[in-house]
Amino acid sequence: MSERKSVTLDAKGIYYKQFNETIREKIREGYTDFVLQNVNGQRYIGTGLEGDLKFEIHGVPGQDMAAFMRGPTMRVHGNVQDGLANTMDAGTIVVEGLAGDVLGYAMRGGTVHVAGDVGYRVGIHMKAYEDNVPKIVIGGKAGDFLGEYMAGGIILLLGMFSGKPDAPIAGRSLGTGMHGGVIYVRGEVPESVLGPNLHTQPADAEDLAVIRGLVEEYASALDLNAEDILGENFVTIRPFSHRPYGNLYVAT
Amino acid sequence: MKAPERYYDFQKDISGCGVFGVINRKRGLIPGDMPIKAMACMHDRGNGLGGGFAAYGIYPEHADKYAFHIMCDDKRAVEGSERLLRQYFDIHEFEPIPTRKTLAIPDPPIVNRYFVTPRDGGAEDMLDMPEDDYVVAVVMKLNTTVPGAFVFSSGKDMGAFKGVGYPEDIADFFRLDEYKAYIWTGHNRFPTNTPGWWGGAHPFTILNWSIVHNGEISSYGINRRYLCEHDYLCTLMTDTEVVAYELDLLIRKHGLSWDMAAKVFAPPFWDEIERMPEDERELYTALRYTYGSGMLNGPFAILVADNTRLMGLNDRIKLRPLLVAEKDDMIFMSSEESSVREVCPDLDRVWMPKAGEPVIVDVED
Repeated sequence: MSERKSVTLDAKGIYYKQFNETIREKIREGYTDFVLQNVNGQRYIGTGLEGDLKFEIHGVPGQDMAAFMRGPTMRVHGNVQDGLANTMDAGTIVVEGLAGDVLGYAMRGGTVHVAGDVGYRVGIHMKAYEDNVPKIVIGGKAGDFLGEYMAGGIILLLGMFSGKPDAPIAGRSLGTGMHGGVIYVRGEVPESVLGPNLHTQPADAEDLAVIRGLVEEYASALDLNAEDILGENFVTIRPFSHRPYGNLYVAT
Repeated sequence: MKAPERYYDFQKDISGCGVFGVINRKRGLIPGDMPIKAMACMHDRGNGLGGGFAAYGIYPEHADKYAFHIMCDDKRAVEGSERLLRQYFDIHEFEPIPTRKTLAIPDPPIVNRYFVTPRDGGAEDMLDMPEDDYVVAVVMKLNTTVPGAFVFSSGKDMGAFKGVGYPEDIADFFRLDEYKAYIWTGHNRFPTNTPGWWGGAHPFTILNWSIVHNGEISSYGINRRYLCEHDYLCTLMTDTEVVAYELDLLIRKHGLSWDMAAKVFAPPFWDEIERMPEDERELYTALRYTYGSGMLNGPFAILVADNTRLMGLNDRIKLRPLLVAEKDDMIFMSSEESSVREVCPDLDRVWMPKAGEPVIVDVED
């Protein structure tokens, strides 16, 4: 196993392009573990990076963090903005705060744990292939269109650690147009927020084993008690048929 | 952060507009540096074809007069606009708006400001009009009849400053670092459908209303025709202009609350109305029927202000980002959290409002 080398980089006042160039230069020099200080709004951090790299990020990273990322592990000590893990392939991201809109858009692998609330259109167009199964765990509540057009992967919505006590656990159009993958929700989901023709089902033993695995990972990443999270019913939302839109335009 | 030298040699990023607003609920004055720095942090949300700010509480010594900011292509436009102003107003004081020569802003128009009150008795063609209607009518008349002249601000104790450039460069040009205000809004433009010209930069204003907008108002055509029927004439070639006039029409003239006006802009879906208790169902049905032509279709995150209020609002399916943050007496609203953290690193609370639900913050008077 190769040796790990760490470096701390200060992002204060540095334009995103130059900051990302510095990160890539350090990777070429053999650095594997990064502490990024004073990050504030720099876009594309970790975008397109591959391999066994580690990032501790302090501050608020900008749009499209970890887009197309394949492998690295990232931890954000704060909130993230929009577009986290856009089309991400592999790797693990832990966000200690909340996340903005379109998190995990078209994600194809890897795991994202968000401690708190997430914005709108999270996990839309997620997809899976063989062993590549993207997973998003949301500790708080979600905005509208969670898992819209989802084609594969797993979203687990806990609704527990939220700054919006009065909001429903998910916004409207939950899972609209999904034709693959599964959304797990802790507790109940109001029928009115579900996309057309979708229904919730109680999680079965197989589902619960998957949920337990994800919750344990989430709890250990965020220093929480997994059993407290698991002490409630879970429901599943799945596509209502194998090809729900097969006849939408041309009857087959 | 501001882009480094020769950033234009870098590859271009496609982006959207950026908005930022801050209000001090105790009317504590906020130096211009704050909104400027916050907007500069979101530099890449625009492309240099529009930047601007609105500031409230900047003309306390003229608080009883309408502060007209007028941009003119040439001397003839200046003469034309002044002739028209004199016809309708007493001009108490006027001066060029103080500017700084900056390389980033080549070829600016002539920008002047006039502190005015309606002439006693009014002009012949606008007799017996309520004062605010009179002022609106003069703005419309000037924008439509004086070639090359546009009013870009007409409120009391407030002002808009805008033009073609990045917001931080426009701020430099207008010396906004020398102003203090208890409400600021800022805008970074990435024009999509309409030209990037001085009049088309945000904010858009009429009387004390100002608006900055990230998004696109697809209903511009119907909104514009609706406003035309009520004597508001769109001349600035940018969709957002309709929102400024709709605010004036709905809130000042029709007496709607801000909350109801927000529901005209972003009405609840019919299926949501169906599920409401009866009186609410009746209310929202009536609102949608009455103000269908005022509804804003398309993506938007807007910040609206007048002298006592700041409001943030998203379209009802949230196609643009908007974040609200709180620190003591200050409330921030922005496209990105980083821009708020840039000027106020420690925040008491940060949240993203629900689509279509206005966040309204008042000064405590």
